[in-house]
Amino acid sequence: MSDHQSNGHDNHAASGHGPAAHANPDHFEVRILRQDGPGQPSYWERHRVSYEPDMNVISVLQQIAAKATTMDGKKVTPVAWDCNCLEEVCGACTMVINGRVRQACSALVDRLLEDRPGEIELTPTTKFPVVRDLFVDRSRLFRALQKVKAWIPVDGYYDMGPGPRQSQEAQEQAYPLSECMSCGCCLEACPQYLKIEVERLEGETEEEYRARRDAEHDRGFIGAHAISQVMLMNKNPTGANNAGERLDALMEEGGLHACGNAQNCVAVCPKNIPLTTSIGRAGRAVTIHAIKKWFGA
Amino acid sequence: MPKQRVMIVGGGLAGLSAAMKLAELGIDVDLMSLVPVKRSHSVCAQGGINSVNEVTRQQGDNEWLHFDDTVYGGDFLQHQPPVKEMAYWGPRIIELMDRLGVTFNRTAEGFLDRRRFGGTLYKRTAFAGATTGQQLLYVLDEQVRRWEAEGRIRKFEFWDFLGPVIDDNGICRGVIGQDLVTMEIRSFPAEAVIVGSGGPGLIYGRSTMSMACTGSAASRCFQYGAKYGNGEFIQVHPTAIPGSDKLRLMSESARGEGGRVWVPRTPHDPRDPRTIPENERYYFLEERYPKYKNLVPRDIATREIFDICVNEGLSVEKDRLCVYLDLTHIPRHELDRKLGGILAIYEKFQGVDPRTTPMKIFPAVHYSMGGLWCDYQKSADGGIVVGSPKNQVTNIPHLYAIGECDYQYHGANRLGANSLLSCIFSGLITAPGIETLLKGQKQTASEFPSSLFDAVRKQHQARHDALLRRSGGGENPYLIHQELGDVMTKAATVVRRNDQLDQALDLVAVLFERAKRCSLSDTGAWTNQNVVFTKSLLDMFPLALTILKGARQRDECRGAHYKPAFAMGALTATDATERRRQAEAWCDKFEANNARWLKSTIATWTGDDVELTYEDVDTSLIPPRPRLYGLVGADEIEKVWKERAAARAGADNGNGAGATATIAAATL
Repeated sequence: MSDHQSNGHDNHAASGHGPAAHANPDHFEVRILRQDGPGQPSYWERHRVSYEPDMNVISVLQQIAAKATTMDGKKVTPVAWDCNCLEEVCGACTMVINGRVRQACSALVDRLLEDRPGEIELTPTTKFPVVRDLFVDRSRLFRALQKVKAWIPVDGYYDMGPGPRQSQEAQEQAYPLSECMSCGCCLEACPQYLKIEVERLEGETEEEYRARRDAEHDRGFIGAHAISQVMLMNKNPTGANNAGERLDALMEEGGLHACGNAQNCVAVCPKNIPLTTSIGRAGRAVTIHAIKKWFGA
Repeated sequence: MPKQRVMIVGGGLAGLSAAMKLAELGIDVDLMSLVPVKRSHSVCAQGGINSVNEVTRQQGDNEWLHFDDTVYGGDFLQHQPPVKEMAYWGPRIIELMDRLGVTFNRTAEGFLDRRRFGGTLYKRTAFAGATTGQQLLYVLDEQVRRWEAEGRIRKFEFWDFLGPVIDDNGICRGVIGQDLVTMEIRSFPAEAVIVGSGGPGLIYGRSTMSMACTGSAASRCFQYGAKYGNGEFIQVHPTAIPGSDKLRLMSESARGEGGRVWVPRTPHDPRDPRTIPENERYYFLEERYPKYKNLVPRDIATREIFDICVNEGLSVEKDRLCVYLDLTHIPRHELDRKLGGILAIYEKFQGVDPRTTPMKIFPAVHYSMGGLWCDYQKSADGGIVVGSPKNQVTNIPHLYAIGECDYQYHGANRLGANSLLSCIFSGLITAPGIETLLKGQKQTASEFPSSLFDAVRKQHQARHDALLRRSGGGENPYLIHQELGDVMTKAATVVRRNDQLDQALDLVAVLFERAKRCSLSDTGAWTNQNVVFTKSLLDMFPLALTILKGARQRDECRGAHYKPAFAMGALTATDATERRRQAEAWCDKFEANNARWLKSTIATWTGDDVELTYEDVDTSLIPPRPRLYGLVGADEIEKVWKERAAARAGADNGNGAGATATIAAATL
């Protein structure tokens, strides 16, 4: 192989293949609902973003951070947001984009401008406390996974040979549920999932605060994602051994009975996880579990 | 005695494996991560995890051959004992992951399904659709949550590791961390610190890596005296999807399941690829490597794709370099079952269905083979001693490195589906070593004078405050980051030239000075992402310089490090005798080059620059051999080399060391 002048990555930003390009604007406007911290008032800010091919909401926010100047020429702090993988597998960049909860990374600017020419609107999710701007505190979501014991209770991590054999069909049922990335879209869309904001009190230690916050969270609705994880764990041959404990958790305050069957969760899930199927199955399992407990079985 | 604690920095596959194993051993763990650990970059690993299995075993495979493929794939630049140990643990690690509930794909009979990956002829790779890293990470996350519920593990998520705390004897006694929400800086005394912070992809601007992969944690250890090994070995993955914010990975599993790479024989053929007849398509990998075909190792596939586009001018598009990756001949149901996750990514981000239209892909920076230098305790059988506190320890006592941020397992090029294995293995193997270390401790870190921790904490607080206060300068950290990425991508990826590397070293030095004059657009004390990014940007420079300097000094081609000016060249003669003579000369040159360059690059930070030394590589188990992968036209070289290896084996037979050489020759 002979020599090359450049490594050729420079033109990566050029347009990819896709539907025929329509007339693209030079600039578009981005309206962002900002908030400086918990308990602070929120306010709108408008930014002018120069159009580039293949943009998504992440690259829009990157440009806004680099400029840190509003449309009116006012110097501002960069907008805070949460992201990591940028390919819709980590679940970090959940926000409300043009009124719809979704991942910022897979929200492509061309599509957004087709739906609403000239402007994009970004707001934080409403069911989690705002930390700052578009960055919210989703610790309640992870707390729910702890509450329902969403893990396989193996003896330990020494070599014990292979796991139980499983059918292709069982794997194909379990796999979609195991793609849940804890993004929280299903919770934002759920009418029964209400915001719980617990502020740290003066003189309270971190541990005391966390304990009080967890207790508050445990009283609220657990949400579709956690119910679906219960069904994933309970279907696993080893996980089935403590299926009852997980169903018990679903019968507590904030459990399955709080679900109002609005079915919004399944409609907004970016991974198309069959959440309502999980909820339906959980409902039957809980009923049987409750009857068995009644008869002391 | 107060309780002993271990601090783990990073909650990907490596950090979580170490955490759960330490917890099982009864050791309390603190786990610090930039992101909630479930969102770590390991989720981006797609294709699978390698090990020998019952089927391949009956086809002639064994752990030794997995070990052999790994060091051959790595161009023999890795110390062999830890790699051997890893290959032998492979089957057990996959069984453990299966028990933990990973939704691995199954065969019709219910066994784990396997597919083929690059750099091997066996189907060793277990997989969960095309989201294997995500599935592995999730079961580890679940186990760690289980220990968290029991109080054995404490998590510090949305915390930034600012640096280790090292006492007067040079021993690591804990870390300083910063809460990314409240911006509080505090110290964490610890008996041992394990850094599993992943790769430094952001040094290249856009890569396949996640936004947390700044390399800052490794760099901060480096700046506190930890050595950094083989920094110049950066893997450029052959197949990625271009994007303005990120280059998204298109897994090697696409080729493992039968995907074919091709370009039209006519440059920039405007026709719909589906209408281009077979004889007008150039399946260049299949033609050049008839034995491995589309599954040559990544460094080779990347160079070939690059060559086809740049030198042969056969890029699919005129204004943008790319080749076709074609899955359209594979039944839709099979694609959905085995590759659904990556096809969805392509469809979502490109708006085209790869089940019916060939994908357009191009190489992208993907993985760092290099990382923090670390040690191991060699065992009598050539593996490593389980339970030795030397395993994975850096040159700073009590400071360990695991996962992508260590330099240990992949040499000059990593084989696909070996990273998940090395991450989990290095995490698991570190725990019993630390258990041994802790048993020998008479005093816990929390009993050390608080002045030790306060002094370091104050240094970090002062650095932070100075950044916030700086008014002048006017440099923009985000724009400097883009410039750094452009310089690094141009000079230190697929093809490297000394003039370009010299130029890049100058440019990066200038950028480093400019970065020190960055002005912040946010000077607040609440969730200030601006200052956190600026600090990580500043910490990219020591590693960027390490990569460039290592590449500049290494005048050879090895794995991912390709310098055409020092390439071995191909045989040109057609006459049999002359061709034989050329092959002999080629092998002589190969041996001379190994004598000079088969050495790990070891970098140390002097405070403002990088100093390099070279360290011999332990190749005591498998002797190095030319890495040809059955390349067309290289048969004569293989023949000469086999004869030499056989002669050496014959000479060695008297002292019993011949067996490994014979295996090496047989698998060439």
